[in-house]
Amino acid sequence: MIIKNRFAFIVLFILGILINANTHAFEIIIDEGVEKPIPVAIVPFGWSQAANLPPLDVTQVISNDLTRSGRFITMEEKDMPQRPTDFSAVNFRDWKLLGMENLLVGNLTLNSEGNYDVEFRLIDVYKEKQIAGFRIPSTQAQLRRTAHEISDIVYEKLIGIRGAFATRIVYVTVNKNQDGTKRFALQVSDADGYNPQILLESNEPILSPTWAPDGRSLAYVSFEGKNSAIYIQDIQSGSRQKIASNPGINSAPAWSPDGSRLAITLSKDGNPEIYIFHIASKSLRRITENAAIDTEPAWSPDGRMLAFTSDRGGNPQIYEVSAEGGQPKRISFAGPYNAGSEFSPDGKYIAVVNGEGGAYRIGLLDRATGQISLLTDSRQDESPSFAPNGHMIIYTTTGARGNALAAISVDGSVHQRLGLQDGEVREPAWGPFTNR
Amino acid sequence: MSIRILFFVLLSLSFYGCSSTEEVQDDATVVDQGTAMGEDADSQTYGATEAGSYDMSALDDPNSPLATRIIYFEYDSSDIRPEFRSTVEAHGAFMVANPNVVVTLEGHADERGSREYNLALGERRAESVRRQMAILGASGSQFRVVSYGEERPAIDGHDEYAWSQNRRVEIIYR
Repeated sequence: MIIKNRFAFIVLFILGILINANTHAFEIIIDEGVEKPIPVAIVPFGWSQAANLPPLDVTQVISNDLTRSGRFITMEEKDMPQRPTDFSAVNFRDWKLLGMENLLVGNLTLNSEGNYDVEFRLIDVYKEKQIAGFRIPSTQAQLRRTAHEISDIVYEKLIGIRGAFATRIVYVTVNKNQDGTKRFALQVSDADGYNPQILLESNEPILSPTWAPDGRSLAYVSFEGKNSAIYIQDIQSGSRQKIASNPGINSAPAWSPDGSRLAITLSKDGNPEIYIFHIASKSLRRITENAAIDTEPAWSPDGRMLAFTSDRGGNPQIYEVSAEGGQPKRISFAGPYNAGSEFSPDGKYIAVVNGEGGAYRIGLLDRATGQISLLTDSRQDESPSFAPNGHMIIYTTTGARGNALAAISVDGSVHQRLGLQDGEVREPAWGPFTNR
Repeated sequence: MSIRILFFVLLSLSFYGCSSTEEVQDDATVVDQGTAMGEDADSQTYGATEAGSYDMSALDDPNSPLATRIIYFEYDSSDIRPEFRSTVEAHGAFMVANPNVVVTLEGHADERGSREYNLALGERRAESVRRQMAILGASGSQFRVVSYGEERPAIDGHDEYAWSQNRRVEIIYR
């Protein structure tokens, strides 16, 4: 019996590796959650074809989303007093006795067209009331996304802000070729690391990926032409367009909130300056003019301002300038090094890389007060990127094994590591909400 | 510990395999071997096709100041350190004497801080070397400046030594 179990364990373990390799790029590990996570029981959904296994364990995906967010504690299946799949079957007394406040119940149904309907209800146990209930039509290919959408709704109803589980992230991986040289890849995956897709592979560096506001295209920098050049690539079709390949550096693309322009850094006129490139007309407008380094433009969410890094004051600090041009104003003063701006979705904060005493940490610059609060406490963090709901910041952290991804909530209470199978991963950029 | 050392050796080997430069490092001294390596063939075939147009022997002489092809920098600085001034001047003088020679100045930064700022910093370092050579009379058409920022470290480590080796400008003859 023991031997048999062990064998089963090994088989599962091997299967696990194969499945992992095929379906997800990294695994989210929660290091730290909020002090009082919200209890929720995610009851296994009913399934219309009991004779076969469902195409996806929808409740498992939802449960993983909510648990890894660090803001929920989910009840284990074995502790559940019953397994209702709709409101009328809920025995409220039993759940109240266990102190369980929230229930998620639902059904997965294979419909006559061969597609799926996912129906769910979020229930307040103490009020004995439905908080939310939806039926979402889905397909086999979309089921995972549908599960993330349900997580988004649960998050929104219980926390008050739309969840960002049904979103994607882009990042750069670095692996070794057989001959020991480096292989760079631009990849996009679901926010939980599933469905990774390679968009570009190269033996030359790839960096600075950034999303178009509609989530359909990316801009990035590639050295495939033996110098930096900026490209725009359509994610679905893979078609792309080289928009800047001047002598000198071509870097740091940032998409305007309306999608029509890119703020970029070019040094073609002698040293790195910020320019705005109008995508349709291909016209270029210079924004900064200073003998120092000006780079890393970021757009305020209203599209009016650009934050950027400049060492015109002697060391790198954050400046703001009108997107129409004009006189830049220094906005960061804490510490000798602030760079890598990224605006929060509400425009109140700018995430920065703050360097002091040899440590580089992710900080939040409050635009109203100019104060910087540090979010991370490791030695070498960079590339912060906000989730579209503003709750989390994903970033690169560098340790003895190189670059890895991590995420932290803006209040510092939740910390996640995004463990990759092998190689290095860096420069994450969290994609926008896309329509349900 | 031994695994770490092995790791370091492997990384070092892989660097020599892929680099677009031709140095062999022995502690901190850098001796150019003058051999083409790696996939990036167009950036290290120096001299071979133009051997008749200038005196190759100076470039091949391991005792010449021209044998040093890497200039190292301090943290967040593009100032040429005093100990590298004579090297930069020797290359500048060589270029003035051989106006057909074209060099690529490849600027690099260590991995700390933001990548895009480091790309700019790498360029400023390369520009700093270019300016110094231009002062001696080398012509603008003799230079190609490219910055890799922190993307092409000489050493893949994450410590002071690796950083000091990665803050550099490589002078590549072609």
